[in-house]
Amino acid sequence: MSPPSGPEKQYLDKLAAGHFEIQKCAGCGKHVFYPRVLCPHCGSEYLDWVAPSGHGTVYSTTIVRRRPADGGDYNVCLVDLAEGPRMLSRVAILAPDQVRIGMTVTARITDGLVEFTPA
Amino acid sequence: MRGSVAIAGVGLAGCGEAPGWSEMEIAAAAAQNALADAGLTTRDVDGLAIASTNIFMSGLALAEHLGIRPKFTESSMAGGSSFVGHLIPATLALNAGLCDVVLVAYGSNQRTGVGRAEAGKVKMALDPQVFEHPYKPFNPPTAYALAAARHMHQYGTKREQLAEIAVAARKWAQLNPEAFSREPLTVEDVLKSRMVCDPLTVRDCCLVTDGGGACVLVRSERARDLRKKPAYLLGAGAAHWHRQISSMPDLTVTAATESGRRAFEMAGLGPKDVDVVELYDAFTINTLLFLEDLGFCNKGEGGAFVSGGRIAPGGKLPVNTNGGGLSCVHPGMYGMFLLVEAVRQLRGEAGARQVKDAQVALAHGNGGVLSSQITALLGTEATL
Repeated sequence: MSPPSGPEKQYLDKLAAGHFEIQKCAGCGKHVFYPRVLCPHCGSEYLDWVAPSGHGTVYSTTIVRRRPADGGDYNVCLVDLAEGPRMLSRVAILAPDQVRIGMTVTARITDGLVEFTPA
Repeated sequence: MRGSVAIAGVGLAGCGEAPGWSEMEIAAAAAQNALADAGLTTRDVDGLAIASTNIFMSGLALAEHLGIRPKFTESSMAGGSSFVGHLIPATLALNAGLCDVVLVAYGSNQRTGVGRAEAGKVKMALDPQVFEHPYKPFNPPTAYALAAARHMHQYGTKREQLAEIAVAARKWAQLNPEAFSREPLTVEDVLKSRMVCDPLTVRDCCLVTDGGGACVLVRSERARDLRKKPAYLLGAGAAHWHRQISSMPDLTVTAATESGRRAFEMAGLGPKDVDVVELYDAFTINTLLFLEDLGFCNKGEGGAFVSGGRIAPGGKLPVNTNGGGLSCVHPGMYGMFLLVEAVRQLRGEAGARQVKDAQVALAHGNGGVLSSQITALLGTEATL
């Protein structure tokens, strides 16, 4: 237990400091998200933090319907990062019904959260 | 394992609305009905299985409530698939001689129970899924909507085809006096209903009801001496590949491909041998995915497969003959109700919705967000 905190807190601390980083396995070379103690691909404990390119593709998307009084409809989507891992997120700027599967997007940090904008 | 254990009794309680009843009370009432169905009482029970989304240590709670000191207790929680899943360890325990009569029970007051919203907030606090919850997915519908959207994108599946699944379930429900929603429903009705998470409308989503169910498992030689025709467990398989939807490798392929293959292998059967199919239809997309993944049609062809009333009454493949989670009952977790309907069909007790000469039934449970997949094949004496 040498690191001062688990990978989840390390990730969130980096994010809070304005850095979006994911893990890369020194054993098998694959990228990993969400952050783990052991590589889910090969079991290695040697996971390094790397900055992803920020490029991604929308794998699937939905509009969560919500009453206007409660803030209105919003997007929830799955984005495949160029490095391989998939994450749940949202596409900002566009109206929720303009987000399309296959759309290329770029990561940014807003209010301590990774979201995406059209590439 | 094949044919070594049978379901000797099934029962329901509180389906629809059961105001004023606690979850454990509904489970106990269902247990009583299942035991009476088998000609047994709680004094005969020495094994228990249960799962609950709300009751901590539910196995202990059920035993305490019924006044049973069980030799075997199974309370694994794999979401709605749990109760189909309980068949596997219960069978192992019965065959190992650890116990003689296993009662599997479930109860929920999801529709009328008080304090549900507060409970939901507490659960989120206890189990913060920090890589999903901040984006406010409205789960489970959001996760299933993402799967439906991907299937539509990849295979050209149409919303009308998903709607056919809801309509088929409703037509079965209209033949079932115990079903909760029995008013007529058309494809157009489904499409025009309130959108919840695109492309799923409220009619693509299961009911929210109260209800409980239970079944009684015994070794097959004992089952032959009890009141009702036994429904033998011919095969079972369980598989899970993810918990959160963002960790599902391919949103168009579920672990039912694996659970189904193993269940069919154990049973020595294939999809063509199945007379009646009970699939966990929390959403219309579930039915479509499981028909594909269990081998009733090819991947990507589920939309065409369900068209033209094929899975409705009078169609070639009877699916969700009680009306399913979409139209019959869905109290939070639906797994137990798959088993109850499968057994009733195999006994010939299903009244107006009875599938003629049903010998082999498939019950497929789903838990989480397409996460846990558990398939069971049940058969009559003739299939042994």
